[in-house]
This record gives sequence, C-alpha cells and structure tokens, in this order.
Amino acid sequence: MKPIYLDNNATTRVDPAVVDAMLPFFTEHFGNASSIHAFGSEVGKALKKARSQVQALLGAEHDSEIIFTSCGTESDSTAILSALKAQPDRNTVITTNVEHPAILTLCDWLEKEGYIVHKLKVDKKGRIDMDEYKSLLHDRVAIVSAMWANNETGTIFPVVEMAELAAAKGIMFHTDAVQAVGKIPIDLKNTKIDMLSLSGHKLHAPKGIGVLYLRRGCRFRPLLRGGHQERGRRAGTENSASIVGLGMACELAMQKMEFENTEVRRLRDKLEKGILNQITHCFATGDVSNRLPNTSNIAFEYIEGEGILMLLNKVGIAGSSGSACTSGSLEPSHVMRAMGIPYTAAHGTIRFSLSVYNTEEEIDRVIAAVPPIVAQLRKLSPYWTDKGPATNPEAAFAPTYA
Amino acid sequence: MWEYSDKVREHFFQPRNSGPLEDANGIGDVGSIQCGDALRLMLKVEPETDVILDAHFQTFGCGSAIASSSALTEMVKGKTLDEALTISNQDIADFLDGLPPEKMHCSVMGREALQAAIANYRGEVWSDDHEEGALICKCFAIDAVMIEDVIKANGLNTVEEVTFYTKAGGGCAACHEGIEEILAKVKSDNPGMGETSPPAACPATPEAPKPPTKKLSIVEKIAKIQAVLESVRPMLQRDHGDVELADVQGKKIYVHLKGACSGCMMEAATLGGIQQKMIETLGELVQVLPSSHMPVEA
Repeated sequence: MKPIYLDNNATTRVDPAVVDAMLPFFTEHFGNASSIHAFGSEVGKALKKARSQVQALLGAEHDSEIIFTSCGTESDSTAILSALKAQPDRNTVITTNVEHPAILTLCDWLEKEGYIVHKLKVDKKGRIDMDEYKSLLHDRVAIVSAMWANNETGTIFPVVEMAELAAAKGIMFHTDAVQAVGKIPIDLKNTKIDMLSLSGHKLHAPKGIGVLYLRRGCRFRPLLRGGHQERGRRAGTENSASIVGLGMACELAMQKMEFENTEVRRLRDKLEKGILNQITHCFATGDVSNRLPNTSNIAFEYIEGEGILMLLNKVGIAGSSGSACTSGSLEPSHVMRAMGIPYTAAHGTIRFSLSVYNTEEEIDRVIAAVPPIVAQLRKLSPYWTDKGPATNPEAAFAPTYA
Repeated sequence: MWEYSDKVREHFFQPRNSGPLEDANGIGDVGSIQCGDALRLMLKVEPETDVILDAHFQTFGCGSAIASSSALTEMVKGKTLDEALTISNQDIADFLDGLPPEKMHCSVMGREALQAAIANYRGEVWSDDHEEGALICKCFAIDAVMIEDVIKANGLNTVEEVTFYTKAGGGCAACHEGIEEILAKVKSDNPGMGETSPPAACPATPEAPKPPTKKLSIVEKIAKIQAVLESVRPMLQRDHGDVELADVQGKKIYVHLKGACSGCMMEAATLGGIQQKMIETLGELVQVLPSSHMPVEA
C-alpha cells in the first residue's frame, strides 16, 4: 500500500513543478550571477524573478527586503545577532518558551555570553499573556522574537499585534515564520514586523534555502561577511537553483492558499475528529480554534509516542512525536511541558501535519489505523487495565524514579 | 529514527510475556521521570527453590524500553534469583543484538526492575543508587551526572582528563563543548577546585619529573607493566575487549588488543590512555604499541 506522509511540518516533498524550474540551473544556466558574461546574466535575471515571487507571498513592499540564506536557522541567527550587534546599548532579548530550538538554543547561548533573555510563558492552550509581554517592553530590549505559528501544535501567535506594541516602544521585532509561510496569508507591508525567517523545505521547495525578510530601514549587521551578494548583507555565491525553486514554490503556495485553508483544513478536522471520537483518554493540544490549517497534535494518554510512530510506520503512516525518545533527548517536548501537559500525556503526543497532496482516502485509512495501535500499546502500559485507565493511575503505578 | 536491530524490532512488535501476572510474588516498579520510561516487572518465584517460574511486564515507554522488558522476562525465566541477579544491563542489550547509545538506559531500567522485583520478593527495600542525566557523549553513552561525579571525585580540569577517566569525548569529539560546560559548572560550584588542588590531588605531577632513584630491573619493570594492564582490563572487558602484554623491547611496550578492542576506531585512544598510565607508573617515557607493530624477526 502507498505510504501516507503526514509529517509536513518536518519537511515537505519538493513539488515537481519546482524541480522542473530548478533543473536548468544545474546544467544550462550554471553561471555565477555576479559574472558579466551571458552565463551569469541569465542567472541574475532568474534570481530577480525569484525574489519578486517571494516578495509577493510575503506581501513585502520592496524586493530588496528579501535576503536569501541557507535555511531558517541561519535567518533566525542572523536576525537576533544583528539586532544585538547593531544596538550595543541594548542587551535584552524577549522570546517565548515554545520557540523552535533555532531560537531557544541561540538564546541559551546568548545568556551564557551575558545577555538577558526573557522567555514568555504560555498557558494550557499555548497562548502568551499579552499583559506580561507589554510589561517587558523597555528601552534595553534589542529585539523581540516570536514564532508566527508553532511547529508542534500549529498554534498561531498574535505577531502582528506584538510587533505593533514593540514598534511603539522603538523595539525591533522578528518572527520565525517557518511554519506559517505558505499556509496562512501574510502581508508584511501592512505590519510593523522588521524581520521574518522562512525556510524553503517547509513549502515544497528544496532543503538548504531560506529567506530573511529585512524591512527597509531596519538597522542591520550581516552574519556572513565577504562578497557583495545580497547587497553585502549575506555573502556567499547564490544557491541559484534553489533560489529559483523557492521562487516557484512561493508562487504555487500563493495559488494554493485558498485550498490550504479550506480543503486541507477540512481533511485535518476530519482526521482529528475521527481519532478523538474513537479513542478515549486523548485530546488535541494547543489552541485548536487558532492554529495552522494543516496541523493536528493529539496526546494519547498512558502510552509513549515512539511506540505509536513505530506501529504507524509499520502500516505505512508517517507522523512525528513530542516524546523524549524520538528526539534523542531525555525530556519530552518543551512545547508540551510549557503548556503544562502531564508527563503521561506529553510522551504520547503525535503530530499529524498535512499538505495539499494528502487525499481523503489517505485520511480515512489513518482514522481506521490509529485506534487498534493505541489499544495495543495501552495493553502493555502499567497505567492501563482491561477496563480502561487504572483508577487513579498515578497511585496505581508509582515507580521508583531514578 | 533510531537504528534498531531486528531483534529489538521483533521484541517490540511481538512482545513476550506482556500484561499483568495474577499470582506474582515479586513486583518491581521502576522508571526515569525525565525520560518518561517506566516498567513494572512481575515475577512468580517458587519459594522452595528460588526459581523464577514466570515473568511478565508492563511498560510505559519507547520501542526499545518495551523490547528490553520483553527480553528481560525471557532471560530470567527458569533462573534462580541469584542467577538472575547476575544479569547486567549489557547482557540485556546483548540479548537484543545491541541498543543505540541513547537507548542504553532502557536496559539499565530493566536491570533495576529485576533488582527491585527480587528485593520485593525477599521483603527488602530496594533503593536506586544511580541517577541518570542528559546524555553527553553519544559515542560511549556517558551522561552528565556520571561526568560530573567523576570530575568531582578526581579533581579533573580538562576535557582530556575527562576522556581518560570516563571515555566521554573520546570518539567523534562533538561533545567537547558539553564537557567543558560541566567542568566550568563544577569549578564554579566548588571555587578553588582546580587552582589549588592539582599538586595535592594529582600525585603524578610532582613525581613524574623525579627520575626513579634506582633503575628498575627488567623483572620489576614487567611486573609494573602487567599491573597497569591488569588495572585497565576491567574497563576494556566491560566493552567486550581485552588487552595482553606481547613483548617489551627497550622503551617500546607491545600489547595484543583483543575482542572488541581489535580494530576499534578508538584503538589509538585506548593505547594512548594505557601509555599515559605506563609513563606515570614507570616514571620514564615509554611507548605503547599494538603487537602488529612488532618488528618481524629477521
């Protein structure tokens, strides 16, 4: 049976039209965009077109606000380090405790380097407290960095409003929009967002290409210095084939935006309902009324995610988990912990993330496959009896913890 | 995803002896809260003979935790309690044709559950003496708590010393920053450590420059060499390796590396460690080489 891919927040398949657009740039148009000869100028034109395609998807005012980078992580690091370098009198970063490691690990390191980092807490649904946020905006803050949408739950942060509040206090605002771009409409020219990160491979472009949007007039210091590429803001020969691919992917995403927010959303809702209705002791995590149209994150209580994934994989279904054991760390997902999800549920969270390629038939198959898998694992669980969860599970099984 | 052996997959997909055991008379509940793995091992022991007649498990945990639990129940059945207690976590991992380093704690949990269940049967209270921290060295599965303990116990100051004592950092070297952070943390928790202690805590430093008052006889020298090798053998044997003295030719000590040590990518580090100990013990500069480097007799 054909495998079903429901892990599109991890990465996506490159759209065949994107591949077609890219291929000539490996062989025919291999030139360096900086060269004067015809080999180079063809590439230069293609980069210009790609830049305008990205600009259109982001609703940026100028195409020169688009800086091509190697990935979302590079864009994130560039944005935050630039804000600190360009404003040496400001030593504080405000972020949230559910960011991607591309932000959190960088911020942990900045703390070791002597900077002050405030991580906004979230409530049970993964929402920040805007009053707490407002109280932290002061003149030593160099930058606020908040994700547009959470990669695990799809929960959307009010970044447009947050950027307004930051701008009113003269503070730069960056958003890691890696999960949001291409899935929900974005119109940067009508916001106060100064910087935005996106990653190609989350929207059917290849891996190894990203973008930092940098609002015109925003003070900036490059991460990579060298050649004059990207107007000296990101040195290094342009990854022309991937840039062309990303441009095409952005154009396709524009065309499919409506479909994503109607049909993909309908399939996601069907999947989630189908699972929740059949299985007891499970729930959707995050802010279900305000999240990406493609993401459903379900916590299955009293079992552990890796086992679920292995059994799903056996029947050809690909998802991902917030359990500790799938990440190589010992802790379950920091996002689940930040929302106060108990350990017995946090370890059993499964994320299903759809794309425009998923079909109704696939969703029906997944709805049928999940219940027996959960039942099989619960039979092995010390928190579970044949009559359902042990009465007062925490007391029924209280192991000696190492 | 992890690279699990076929045996791990098999025990996960078709676990043996899962579910409650009604007439169990020894039950061990253990787990690791950080890692979210927890295991209940149930034993049915024949009181007259101490033989484990049946064993069942219930596990909340990942694929390898379930496979380790399943393997454990198969391994202990038919054994006496004393025989069962000789099962090490490495034995459980070996039974499953190995576990990824990040997953070795699953086998540790299995062994702890066994100890706890037997203690429960004997009416004793089992307490866990082992704390598990974040995995630092993925090549040798060494966690932060272990590294910190060894740093404190031995007054270590450098990554090289930590590698020498724990093996952590001796493989791909990607964890050196992590080890440096633990060193810095221990130092800041114990101000003064490291600055004042080396002369006292590290006898090798004051002794090494002093040449031995009397030159060692060849017999004395070989006895010392053998003693050094004996001291490192348990460490190597733990990883299914071993070492033996092949020959001593002047300042060159040739050794046979056996078992897992032969052909190991860490061969150079192992020999380097042994050489360091030899130099400290003999008080002279020597070189430790694999026996394959021995000059062939003309």
